[in-house]
Amino acid sequence: MAEMNMRRRSALLGAIILILLAAVYAAGALMPDAAFAPDFSSSRLAPSLDHLFGTDWLGRDLLARTVKGLSVSITVGVVASLVSAVIAALVGVASAMGSRRVDAAVAWLIDLVMGVPHTILVVLISFACGRGMTGLIIGISATHWTSLARVIRAEVMQLREREFVAVSRSLGKSGPWILVNHMLPHIVPQFVVGLVLMFPHAILHEAAVSFLGFGLPPEQPAIGIILSESMSYISSGMWWPAVFPGAALVCIVLLFDRLGDSLKTLLDPYSAHE
Amino acid sequence: MSRTAIEIKTKLLLKKSAGYLLRAVTLLIAVSIAAFALVSVSPVDPVQQYVLAAGGVSAEQRAELEEYWGVNDPPVQRYVNWLASLLHGELGDSLIYRRPVADIVAERFLNSLALMGLSWVMSGVIGFVLGCIMGAKRGKLADRVLKKLCLVLSSLPTFWVGLIFLMVFSVQLGWFPVGFSTPIGALSSEVTVLQRLHHMILPAFTLSFVSFASIALHTREKLIAALESDYALFARARGESERSVIMRHGLRNIMLPAVTLQFASFSELFGGSVFVENVFSYQGLGSAVAEAGLNSDVPLLLAVTLVSALFVFAGNAVADAIYGIVDPRVREGADG
Repeated sequence: MAEMNMRRRSALLGAIILILLAAVYAAGALMPDAAFAPDFSSSRLAPSLDHLFGTDWLGRDLLARTVKGLSVSITVGVVASLVSAVIAALVGVASAMGSRRVDAAVAWLIDLVMGVPHTILVVLISFACGRGMTGLIIGISATHWTSLARVIRAEVMQLREREFVAVSRSLGKSGPWILVNHMLPHIVPQFVVGLVLMFPHAILHEAAVSFLGFGLPPEQPAIGIILSESMSYISSGMWWPAVFPGAALVCIVLLFDRLGDSLKTLLDPYSAHE
Repeated sequence: MSRTAIEIKTKLLLKKSAGYLLRAVTLLIAVSIAAFALVSVSPVDPVQQYVLAAGGVSAEQRAELEEYWGVNDPPVQRYVNWLASLLHGELGDSLIYRRPVADIVAERFLNSLALMGLSWVMSGVIGFVLGCIMGAKRGKLADRVLKKLCLVLSSLPTFWVGLIFLMVFSVQLGWFPVGFSTPIGALSSEVTVLQRLHHMILPAFTLSFVSFASIALHTREKLIAALESDYALFARARGESERSVIMRHGLRNIMLPAVTLQFASFSELFGGSVFVENVFSYQGLGSAVAEAGLNSDVPLLLAVTLVSALFVFAGNAVADAIYGIVDPRVREGADG
């Protein structure tokens, strides 16, 4: 490790994290439903070698439910972040390139979205969609784009003043041509980093909203639902349904966070000069 | 200050306040339109919900309800009617509690305000102190450990922290009661301030737990920037001790951004309170919003949404105002 520079180390770390996350996702996605089927003969078992995370009150294996739930969380998080990042890019570019009126309208829209606590907005949107996965994804996408949109707007505004854009314009190139050929290459790194750093937030939101009962239906294995169920058993001393699934969720969130950081280092051209 | 200068100042202040008022009104209208539209597209029918919840409803009552919700009107008409009754102070009746929404919101807002206030002060003080420690010991072991810790803490989900605290401090150690903002069964007049506080400490600590890490990291950055500035270097060259540099040049420069940041964080505070109140069964607005959404209590849901928007706006306005009053650069800029 000592001989590697920061860039190589980041690349290696990022690759390891990516493999880990893909493994968790695949394990959950490929898992048959039988793995967490109710088994009343083994309900409320404390963690042991047979059931590493213990079992819940229906005798379902909590490790299996957790892994399945994590893969659902990853799906929701990735889809919602992608949608959100695309919205951010479109809105950011439109507000920087469009007329003053468009810019003002976008600023006002951002103020509106930031003006209501995200949790309340996600609850409202989920209510509007009659709960379930779709409402959850729309809700998370609708609340997460604002800061990235601001970053992209600022970046495009700055690029507009640069010499190569001015030269291109005086050579007679059209606005859209300049946008695609001169500006997009500069925006892509910002976009990618913003997208990856959005994952952890989106995943946490998914779990949190499911916890409140607005997200995924109760029969779906999701971390939020396991934790919400675990509340009823805390006073009877059943600690494992609350501790392990939550800790697993935190681990996934931290891994995504790390991945974003590694990517940031890799995409930063200055880190190559080290 | 001459008389004209004072006049100009008052005029400026009036203009600023009018601007805030205008922004508050437009924001509230926009939020109310958005919230109303979202509730309207929901597959849930408010009249049907009310009838289901109430049981025996006479045909006249039903007609009255349909008139209140304007089921047969076009959506825009419905919105205007709702807004009109809102301006008359009629928020409608809550479906779950069968009481005027205004009463419920007023009562629960006070509960939430107490919880959020306590947590807000706690997170501000803990975050600021931790940030100062990290900044003062920058690069040393204590800084590195605390920084890692803060980074982990800032990605913990609120509701999970609440669950763990509930389990450790209430169930295992028995230091705090399990849930509810007051002792169960006691009349609200009999509850002492001390009891209320006892019920509030753990939820408030949970709520502050999620936000102090980011405050600490922010304070650390700001303090380090101040301590590595030219004026700090000059102060050291003059022979000031590190301690005096931090006290006289560091802290004075970072107090203001820290305080305004705290005011600007009302949105996260409110969002966090929803989860904390649900975990601890605390009777505030946050638990009301979850109940309202799950039981399709549309009047209550809309009311809480508006209150939360107003709350966030108030925080941002205060943050703005503090900058305007305290920071001479912004103050001068406003004149020109």
